[in-house]
Amino acid sequence: MPDTLLFAMEAAVNGLAAGVMYALVALGFVLIFKASGIFNFSQGVMALFAALTLVGLQTGQIPFSHLINAIFGTRLHHFGFTLPTVVAIIGTVAVMVAFAWLVERYIFRHLVNQEPIILFMATIGLAYFLEGLGDIMWGAEVKRMDVGIPQGMSETVDDLTFAWFGYGFFVDTLEIWAAVIAGLLVIGLVIFSQYTKQGRALRAVADDHQAALSVGISLRFIWVLVWSLAGIVALVAGIMWGAKSGVQFSLSLIALKALPVLILGGFTSIPGAIVGGLIIGVGEKLFDFFMQPIVGSATENWFAYMLALVFLLFRPQGLFGEKIIERV
Amino acid sequence: MIYREAGDFKTSYAADNQTFPIRGDRIAYYMVLAFAFLVMPFVINDYWANAIVLPFLIYAIAALGLNILIGYCGQLSLGSGAFMAVGAYATFKLTTAFPGLSIVFVVLLAGLVTAGVGVLFGLPSLRIKGFYLAVATLAAQFFLIWLFTQQPWFYNNSPTGMISMPTREFLGMPVTGPRASAVNMYLLCLVFVVALAWLARNLTRGTLGRRWMAIRDMDIAAEIIGVNPMMAKLSAFAVSSFFIGVAGALFFAVYLGAAEASEAFGIEKSFIILFMVIIGGLGSILGSFIGAFFLIVGPVLLKLLLVDQLGWSTDLAAHLEIMIIGALILLFLITEPHGITALWRTIKEKLRLWPFPH
Repeated sequence: MPDTLLFAMEAAVNGLAAGVMYALVALGFVLIFKASGIFNFSQGVMALFAALTLVGLQTGQIPFSHLINAIFGTRLHHFGFTLPTVVAIIGTVAVMVAFAWLVERYIFRHLVNQEPIILFMATIGLAYFLEGLGDIMWGAEVKRMDVGIPQGMSETVDDLTFAWFGYGFFVDTLEIWAAVIAGLLVIGLVIFSQYTKQGRALRAVADDHQAALSVGISLRFIWVLVWSLAGIVALVAGIMWGAKSGVQFSLSLIALKALPVLILGGFTSIPGAIVGGLIIGVGEKLFDFFMQPIVGSATENWFAYMLALVFLLFRPQGLFGEKIIERV
Repeated sequence: MIYREAGDFKTSYAADNQTFPIRGDRIAYYMVLAFAFLVMPFVINDYWANAIVLPFLIYAIAALGLNILIGYCGQLSLGSGAFMAVGAYATFKLTTAFPGLSIVFVVLLAGLVTAGVGVLFGLPSLRIKGFYLAVATLAAQFFLIWLFTQQPWFYNNSPTGMISMPTREFLGMPVTGPRASAVNMYLLCLVFVVALAWLARNLTRGTLGRRWMAIRDMDIAAEIIGVNPMMAKLSAFAVSSFFIGVAGALFFAVYLGAAEASEAFGIEKSFIILFMVIIGGLGSILGSFIGAFFLIVGPVLLKLLLVDQLGWSTDLAAHLEIMIIGALILLFLITEPHGITALWRTIKEKLRLWPFPH
């Protein structure tokens, strides 16, 4: 096989892996949008916040130490103990559930029946708040995420592809793990929403708020539930992205990567989020691979958006979205 | 006692249709104008101009523009940062290519260029709406910023990738570049602000504005009663982008002097302008000004308090600042989703009846 084709294939495989990471973030958006019609811009910052909390708990940082030091002139920084990863993850999940409850109780309960744009603005405000809170609580310096997922080049893929094509593909082990975990997460979500009582209630709410209310489903509980789920998805995304590129502010920008994925897959479809993520991941890498000599580098900043834009012109509701029917 | 309609009789159609039907409003408006043109130039200094007054005026133009698009025509856009960048880079290219061209003319031309780009990126609005459109406008944001940072033609191959504004004079006085004084810069921006606010006010209460509002309230119904949705949406994009382009041109030429696209016109700019519009009040000219004032003065006050008074480190203060901005936005949305102008409207209603409650 010619080299170019092999390189392109390698780029495509890496694109698939990157696409899984995008899909992880997009999943959280879809969950909340389906259940409450809120376009949750703060999903990316939630991932950052979850990752910061996880690292903070693991290394035994004292929350708000910078603020306390600034006010009282003390020099606090660490408790002096470290927590095992599992305990830290459980602690972070607890924090995200508490966050979900607070968000429902103090923000969205007061915004019922507002226009979608107001709700969207509220999530942007929430994103700002959470970003500042995360930095003040745990400090803004770049942190290393270490939860025991192996990283570096995958020998297996390298050997396998070398045996097939005579050229070893470079694939990060972390991204293979990310794909596996994303798969498990989706299976878990599907089982939850299909076979449990709460899952059925969740689907009912997603289908029709008023009808769900009238058969006695607590909308508030479902909202807390769905924000908690989104928080857990954010934690998974935060772990993966944090392990890949360090826990820092830029982590919150992955939300911007997930938006075109949503457009492509449709705002209300979980399979859409996965397929959209894969298409964008592959498209982005291949475009960069073929077009870099012609138009220059850093095209991945906008390629996904342009792809989504062109796509929208032909199918405004996305690949798997519900058909939009409008009446006066 | 002072603020009411009673006794203020209108004797002609023009008087009945004027912008400020209540005398109290009119007097306040002329007093603000007189203060801005006759008092401010004598008291302004470099610090006030750079910290508050210039950004306020420039962001007010941008907020006006975005308010036309979102508040009057109902098309959600997150690309304002990039449209400001178009204005800035158009100014740079035009003024370096034609050094003899008057700066006012250059800024207006830059606005027109931005209007063209805005129409181009407004085309998807004919097919899609709501959040889909918001994401589509993000395409403009990322694509345009990429263009301005990666294609050397736009920044005249300067080795740093920055664009910097040469000194330009208006009526014999330097208004841009290092020699420009605060007064000159202030007056230039002020003239643009007043002219554009006047334009926005009169556009929005004329035929065009009514078309926009019909589209905003319900596009299908508007189409049925004879509003051409294509013309209405694209004209909103054009006018809005013109305003934002002028704001970007002034932001670069007068306020910054030198700029780099991804830093000066990143997505944070889009959000800040959106916040101004929402906090100030959707569909309100006054609201754009209030929102801009609020978001410019707020951070300056916070910084004064935290860094200069309490002596905290700047990065801690910065984190606290974004947290407080976020919390304020949430607070505003919860207590008054229609912005500060809605509060102002309630106060006005109360004032008219004061001191009698009914």
